[in-house]
Amino acid sequence: MPVFISMIKKEALHLMRDSRTMTVVLIMPLVLLLLFGFAISTEVNNVNVVAVVHRHDDASRELIEKLRANPYFTFKGIVPFCEVEPMLRKGEVDAAVILDCDKGATAYQIIVDASNPSIGQTATGYMESVINGGMVSPVSVRTLYNPRLKSAYNFVPGIMGMIFILICAMMTSVSIVSEKETGTMNLLLVSPVRPRTIILGKIVPYFILSCVILALMLAIAYSVLGLPLSSNIVNVVWVSLLYIVLALLLGLFISTIVSTQVTALLVSGVLLMLPVIMLSGMIFPIENMPSLLQYVSCVIPARWYISAMRTLMIQQLPVSYVVTEVSVLSGMALAVLFLAVKKFNIIQ
Amino acid sequence: MDNGFAISVRNLVKGFGGFTAVDNISFDVRRGEIFGFLGANGAGKTTAMRMLCGLSCPTSGSGTVAGYDIARQAEEIKRHIGYMSQKFSLYGDLTVSENLTLFSTVYGMSDKDIRLKSDMIFKTLEMEEMKNCLVKDIPVGWKQKLAFSAATMHAPDVVFLDEPTGGVDPVTRRKFWELIYQASSQGITIFVTTHYLDEAEYCNRISIMVDGRIKALDSPENLKKEYASGTMDEVFRIVAKDAKRGD
Amino acid sequence: MERYIYEKAIDVQSVSKQYGKIQALEDVSFSVAEGSMFGLIGPDGAGKSTLYRILTTIVAPDGGRATVAGLDIVKDYRKIRAEIGYMPDRFSLYPDLTVNENLHFFASLFGVSVKDNYDLIAPFFDQLVKFPNRRAGALSGGMKQKLALGCALIHRPKILLLDEPTTGVDAVSRSEFWDMLAVLKDKGMTILVSTSYMDEAKRCDRIALINGGRILDMDTPERLVAGMGDNLYNASARDMYPLLLALRDMHEVQDCYTFGATLHVVAGADFNPEEISVRLNRMGFDDVEIYPAKGDIEDLFIKLAGNG
Repeated sequence: MPVFISMIKKEALHLMRDSRTMTVVLIMPLVLLLLFGFAISTEVNNVNVVAVVHRHDDASRELIEKLRANPYFTFKGIVPFCEVEPMLRKGEVDAAVILDCDKGATAYQIIVDASNPSIGQTATGYMESVINGGMVSPVSVRTLYNPRLKSAYNFVPGIMGMIFILICAMMTSVSIVSEKETGTMNLLLVSPVRPRTIILGKIVPYFILSCVILALMLAIAYSVLGLPLSSNIVNVVWVSLLYIVLALLLGLFISTIVSTQVTALLVSGVLLMLPVIMLSGMIFPIENMPSLLQYVSCVIPARWYISAMRTLMIQQLPVSYVVTEVSVLSGMALAVLFLAVKKFNIIQ
Repeated sequence: MDNGFAISVRNLVKGFGGFTAVDNISFDVRRGEIFGFLGANGAGKTTAMRMLCGLSCPTSGSGTVAGYDIARQAEEIKRHIGYMSQKFSLYGDLTVSENLTLFSTVYGMSDKDIRLKSDMIFKTLEMEEMKNCLVKDIPVGWKQKLAFSAATMHAPDVVFLDEPTGGVDPVTRRKFWELIYQASSQGITIFVTTHYLDEAEYCNRISIMVDGRIKALDSPENLKKEYASGTMDEVFRIVAKDAKRGD
Repeated sequence: MERYIYEKAIDVQSVSKQYGKIQALEDVSFSVAEGSMFGLIGPDGAGKSTLYRILTTIVAPDGGRATVAGLDIVKDYRKIRAEIGYMPDRFSLYPDLTVNENLHFFASLFGVSVKDNYDLIAPFFDQLVKFPNRRAGALSGGMKQKLALGCALIHRPKILLLDEPTTGVDAVSRSEFWDMLAVLKDKGMTILVSTSYMDEAKRCDRIALINGGRILDMDTPERLVAGMGDNLYNASARDMYPLLLALRDMHEVQDCYTFGATLHVVAGADFNPEEISVRLNRMGFDDVEIYPAKGDIEDLFIKLAGNG
């Protein structure tokens, strides 16, 4: 099938000639993964904390030792009660713990700066566990799947969901539309090459590129970020491929409804990227959304993909647990394929 | 402009790296003259025109346009010239009168002047009914006349027309040239590039650029005599046939 | 290989096409004999490109029928595509691919090799061969045009469809391009070419003047010009613009318009050149000259388009 091969070769040449885009496409996933994996995290570190101690005893000394030793806290010393509020106000400390020993029993009060609620809550949680650590707690907590509560785990599926939409949908639509703009699409259409060969010739190179990126991202996730590797990776790969195909079809569909590269960028950017970031559960948990937005999130492919990836990559559950997600993604792919082919035929 | 020249250029050179786009050109254009600036693709016409419009600084040489120095007084030049090109002239998604208002505001005309001038244009072009139409919806011929009017609304000393009539039918082309004649009879200097060599005959004088240099400059009659040709088309082919550069 | 039998390489019967409210083509009929060069002469927006889109089977007409190489444009659209070479109205090659890559890519679309068909394009392509690795986007206007023609010809089509191939190209390259077409025609190729330059009309065997989606007139260029009558005069004076206005005011003058170095005057019923000269002399045009003119395609177009 030499026509098909020469179409792919041509597309590969376009990609290689556009070295800037190529660099962005290959570097961006890695940078995002490493950025979210290491630099940006929802874990709260370095909580500055002071203690107010009314009477030194074993219990207070023990607690202060624990605070000093804990990597999440930076112990700033023991201060009188009247200084706590000014220090909080100036931002010198994030939290204070007040120990009041009365008749052998120690009472604790935690004062925390909650101007950033997530830091406030997390700091409180840590502190409680430090304080309770010495005693018998009525509640026993076991964190499953991500025992160290590493946020990198959570972001890997999200970033994958975003990157594939970006590369597959955006790049495919832009590359098809640019042929419309230069007029070469007309030349292709008036040649004996069948339209489906033209479409495949445009899609396959981006599919291959996406596979390379998938391999790169998985390699980073399992080696550098330390996601637990297991035989489940096979499932991760094929569900990802399904998602990639869906994203490519979305790009194809967009290219049939717009006529300039700028609109293609805008449509794929605003219509695909923003919802992926805001509504897919990548950053904001779907469960916390108003019910209307929860319904909206159902039509966003990334929501299903991210959910499936969490199950497969982090929970390490077998594929039977992601049947819903996989069938929704497949259904979407078929629907978009149908629409795109219909639109493409109308153009002719 | 004491010397009576609207454009006066001496030994103008523009180089890009090792490539000399405009190679030592000198010429004068009298006030009110229609000056045809011809040349093969890539001869350096566009580069020369950009320097005259104050958009690009010459590598060496000097020149004045409307009495202002092209190297040092670019802002003054821009205020005293009009520019129209076939490729970009008007905003298709604005109405006729919105376009005129926009362009005259750019040149700092007062609201009252704009109104007076616009009304006059609508009257002379007989397009009062169209003034609230979107420019993209009006026929090509009108668009062109309108673009020319927009370029001359602020009464510039010199108007630069960059291939103003490409792809236009002969009837519209002629109506357009009548507007040019009219402007020229009002003392506006016209500097025009074109690929239609019959249009070159409408000019008072023409220059033909080849490979960055001006190889011929005279009135169409004299050029035809000099090259023993019947038409400007032949003249052009004789002059430009040794061109080495494309664009 | 199947042989199609036809005399008319292109046959268009009452083709119409509407885009929204705009009637792009209205009842257009013409035919092109095999091995001849047919010119569609008309300005931008006349409907030329729409006609090309229909003949290249990219869009279907609203009404009417057409055949290309004896094949119906609707029924046999796939077969037509192998028979035609098409050069659209603007540069439509891949600017980021090199000369060679473009040429080989288009050859592969038709399943042919560049080597087998190179002889067809060699006469004008040899100049380009000097820089096979230059990107198409970095070529000069004339070179781009040659490359585009090369890509349209590389599968050895029977019919060449060229939509405004010379727009925006300087006079020297334009004339070279028409020389190339003449060579191709001599090799037996049928050529349908459109242009907005009226002076190019005389290089065609037959032409159709087209404006506003309709064909105004159609014949050989010579016969069209000959049929114009002899009521055309040149007029010239030092001050051309006032002369134009003065002539237009005279009731004997049907029309008057600029024409290169002179004005063309379309004479009415009782037009007498001597008498008009005297009158103009009295009006202050002391150097006025009026003498019969030979009309050309452009005059004809002005006459036809002006009346319509």
